[in-house]
Amino acid sequence: MSAISDVLPADQPPILNMKGGNKPTSAVGRRQERLAWIMLFPSLLVVAVVALYPLFETFRLSLTNTRLASAREPRYVGLENYTDLLTDPLWWSSFQHTVQFTVISVLIETVLGMIIALVINSNFKGRGLVRAAILVPWAIPTVVSATMWQWMYHDVFGVVNDMAVNRLHILPDKVAWIANPSTALWSIIAVDVWKTTPFMALLLLAGLQVIPGDVYEASTVDGANRWQQFWQITLPLVAPALLVALIFRTLDAFRVFDVIFVMKGYATETMSVAVMARQTLIDKARLGEGSAIAAAIFVCISVLVVIYTRLIKIEEA
Amino acid sequence: MAQNAVPSTEALDHLVVPKRKTDVVGIISRVFFWILIVALMFYTLFPFYWAIVSSLKPNNEIFATPATYWPRNLDLSHYQFVLSNGKFLQALRNSIIVSVGTTLLALLFGATGAYALGRLKFRGRTAALYLILAMTMFPAVAILGSLFQMVRGDWFLHTPNLYNTKTALVITYLTFALPFTVWVLTNFFKAMPGELEEAALVDGATNFRAFWEILLPLAMPGLVTTGLLAFIGAWNEYLYALTFTTDYRAKTVQVAIAQFSGNTEYELPFANKMAASVIVTVPLIALVLIFQRKILAGLTSGAVKG
Amino acid sequence: MSETKKTLVNAMNGKASRRSVLKAAAAVGVAAPFAAGMLQGGIQSAAAGEDGLAALDLSGLNLSKDYDGQEISVILGADGPAVAWEEALVAKFTEATGIKVNVVRGPESATERLAQYQQLLGAQATDVDAMMIDVIWPGILAPHALDLTAAMDANGQYFERIVANNTVDGTLVGIPWYTDAGLLYWRSDLVEKYGLGQPETWADLEAAAKTIMEGERAENPDFQGFVWQGAAYEGLTCDALEWQVSNGGGHIIEPDGTVSINNPSAIDAFNRAKSWVGTISPEGVTTYKEEDARGVWQDGNAAFMRNWPYAWSLAQADDSVIKGKVGVGLLPKGDGPDAQNAATLGGWQMMASKYSEHPEAAIEFCRFLTSEPVQRAHAIDWSRLPTIEALYDDAAVLEAQPFFGELKPVFLGGAVPRPSTVSADLYNDVSTAYFTAVNEIITGQADAAERVAALETELKDIMAEL
Repeated sequence: MSAISDVLPADQPPILNMKGGNKPTSAVGRRQERLAWIMLFPSLLVVAVVALYPLFETFRLSLTNTRLASAREPRYVGLENYTDLLTDPLWWSSFQHTVQFTVISVLIETVLGMIIALVINSNFKGRGLVRAAILVPWAIPTVVSATMWQWMYHDVFGVVNDMAVNRLHILPDKVAWIANPSTALWSIIAVDVWKTTPFMALLLLAGLQVIPGDVYEASTVDGANRWQQFWQITLPLVAPALLVALIFRTLDAFRVFDVIFVMKGYATETMSVAVMARQTLIDKARLGEGSAIAAAIFVCISVLVVIYTRLIKIEEA
Repeated sequence: MAQNAVPSTEALDHLVVPKRKTDVVGIISRVFFWILIVALMFYTLFPFYWAIVSSLKPNNEIFATPATYWPRNLDLSHYQFVLSNGKFLQALRNSIIVSVGTTLLALLFGATGAYALGRLKFRGRTAALYLILAMTMFPAVAILGSLFQMVRGDWFLHTPNLYNTKTALVITYLTFALPFTVWVLTNFFKAMPGELEEAALVDGATNFRAFWEILLPLAMPGLVTTGLLAFIGAWNEYLYALTFTTDYRAKTVQVAIAQFSGNTEYELPFANKMAASVIVTVPLIALVLIFQRKILAGLTSGAVKG
Repeated sequence: MSETKKTLVNAMNGKASRRSVLKAAAAVGVAAPFAAGMLQGGIQSAAAGEDGLAALDLSGLNLSKDYDGQEISVILGADGPAVAWEEALVAKFTEATGIKVNVVRGPESATERLAQYQQLLGAQATDVDAMMIDVIWPGILAPHALDLTAAMDANGQYFERIVANNTVDGTLVGIPWYTDAGLLYWRSDLVEKYGLGQPETWADLEAAAKTIMEGERAENPDFQGFVWQGAAYEGLTCDALEWQVSNGGGHIIEPDGTVSINNPSAIDAFNRAKSWVGTISPEGVTTYKEEDARGVWQDGNAAFMRNWPYAWSLAQADDSVIKGKVGVGLLPKGDGPDAQNAATLGGWQMMASKYSEHPEAAIEFCRFLTSEPVQRAHAIDWSRLPTIEALYDDAAVLEAQPFFGELKPVFLGGAVPRPSTVSADLYNDVSTAYFTAVNEIITGQADAAERVAALETELKDIMAEL
């Protein structure tokens, strides 16, 4: 036990929080720097090959009125696509739905993921089973699970209604879960939470493993209760893993497409920004306008990433 | 090194598992704990159970009201349809190759990159991290067009036409698998004990040897976790596979399932799709079961006794 | 493939007799219960036989042998029970012409299929030589298509309306392969039980649906009056076009390019549909697609349904609980002076790519697939609606599909094409604007008159881009 605490200093700096300069001074430092770039090379090469060109193309196209497979001559239109987008009420309503969806689902997923991670991490009979079961939703193909949920939610023959009305008698009448405006968003969020909480749980679990046990022993001696231990020890120590998990989940949630598209089609009352991008890019084949939407999504996500890294830094300080 | 040592989770247990107390509070908290477990299991497993049940129902029973929780007439024909479909099995093989390829490349590139980002000091470190993250910040549908041109070797460079090949899928899947792997592993490497590596460096080993021979084996649990998530991500990918393949030389199961149709384009062969989904989900569950000890072994497992 | 294996494969797809399967199974040592299981599964997935294909006579087609040895790739339907049948059909083409055909399966979703085509054609890819295209795509894909006029003329007389829909600036983009039209289905047993007839007008349908629903709910609380497709997708464009045309409300955009949507008859039609939601139709109908509606109907939970012809053979299949209790016919019309029966035109065409390295072979294949003998076989074996007029009087077709006879007038007069040719490559913009507006109206998010006025502006803007 003691060995763990020896090698894991409590002031381990979290990721992205390099205090002091990164500037190497010594010869060893220069050698390290060279090695760093050599080791980063494959990843950066992949970025250069499969990411830079598409990203560059997206920004370039967003300044034109290019259409896919069209006989029309594309034309440079400056920032017109962006000004059009920012004055389009559909963008703003989609943006609002996306933010709602992202905040609510990531919040629930984090709390639920943390509970699951703590549960899996603890020792009780049958935890192996729980551990494997928890990951099942993540493993079911997304293409299919959204369709399956849609039919489970069906207002006439869906199993959710059957269970709630006929078996458990929780509800007096069948509910049109997806059509009813007051339940639509929550129904969609329930599917997303079901689907992606395992991802969150697995990453948080990895973070929990780092925490040395004797920290808890010490605090127990100090008389801290479980609740206090969680807030004072577990959460701060799991913060770096939480940050990474939050960033990637938020990135994904903000680009939510499948669940909403399968259940609600292109209905404006639940449209997300990615659904709008898809409609513009694929259905309407408007690469120019669609790329502008994609670029706007990119900007939104960048802002979110910056906010996250700042927030976690503040927590640290 | 005792790498397979059981991790010291006991210390955490008291955080969640209520102590076996005889007082009222203890009993209540134990009851609450098990209600929580049962509710969680129901939420996660019922839809999968429903997929299995649906795949065993004759087509007309799928719409039955009231819903049947076990098929009135057990019907295995959907599994026969899927398994007798040689194309589907071919697609299954493609999926395995593509997902394994993506995972291995992402882990190889990701681990080396993450070591640099997590343990070496150099200028441009933060910029590199964000650059890699930026790969995954666009909606996939937006970069589809340019990726398509690149895959066909039809951009400003003259590259080989990789359209309809598994290689094209592996390369494009790195756009989402790599950033994730790099970020998670960077975290892992950062949190690792420094002494071992330093000892190795003092002994005259190079940084790279320290990485390869000491840190990488220690990071195995992290590699397994990220590898599994990358594998599932690649396994479930649909949009790229649909756009960059035409036939079963490269088509993956996700595309194959999406292409199941009924007698007409309107009829949704729901039970066939469910049967196929159950079939493709089982290998993943098996994978999780095989690797779950590794996942749980966690970062610190036995490492420090070195 | 060996004969026995082939028979077994056919059995899986429901296309061999019980005896031939059991014989074949015995020959390869497959246990009888397993073979019987396959047979059962096959029959459940497809009620089709091979009669049409067996009787296929290509002698009248004069298929050219000039392209012997060439190899083409063709994108056909998704991966369904008809695959083995299609492959057998294609083999006959290869046998007759020497052209080797590599059949590629396309996505089931039409949107994804169009996106795939646009990616390939936009890149001027030679990977694909011919493909099946939806009835609304000729205007979008015209720049990439070979003119098929000569090939079609060699085949005979197709329905004028469908041909006109496929013609863009004098070029025939696709030869009509099979067609589709919106139909009204009803429960003949219930209509009779309550002393009602086939509804002539929407008001009739509303009254009948209400009567039946109120009567049946006593025993079955899930029972619905009328189900249709109300989700925000292309299917709603089809349904809503029927409502407005049948009420004398015009065709959204007229063939001369005039945006005619903003008229009282169209607005009335949308308001009428809105009044169904939550009354004779379930609240969830605004998220229904074809299969959601059929799911309610097929288990005996609805009196009326608007759907495509595919629902007929499924409702009449042996395992269907409503078998023998199904009526099918024209959708009702409105009450106004210009009211008429209307059925939105669907269906698929064969198009040849301009970028093909073997254009003649590709055109020859399109001609073959859409020819009268193949359409006859397709109609008999898979109940596909022919695009050639004469086949609706064909004895063999009518014997296999008795209700086809009633549909001939639909395609001669009542079938309404969506405004896809007039809006050319902007059709999806038009349709998206349209179904978005209608969905907002029927879900009560917008007032019909106001929303239609806004839609008119949107459509005019789109048409101004042409």
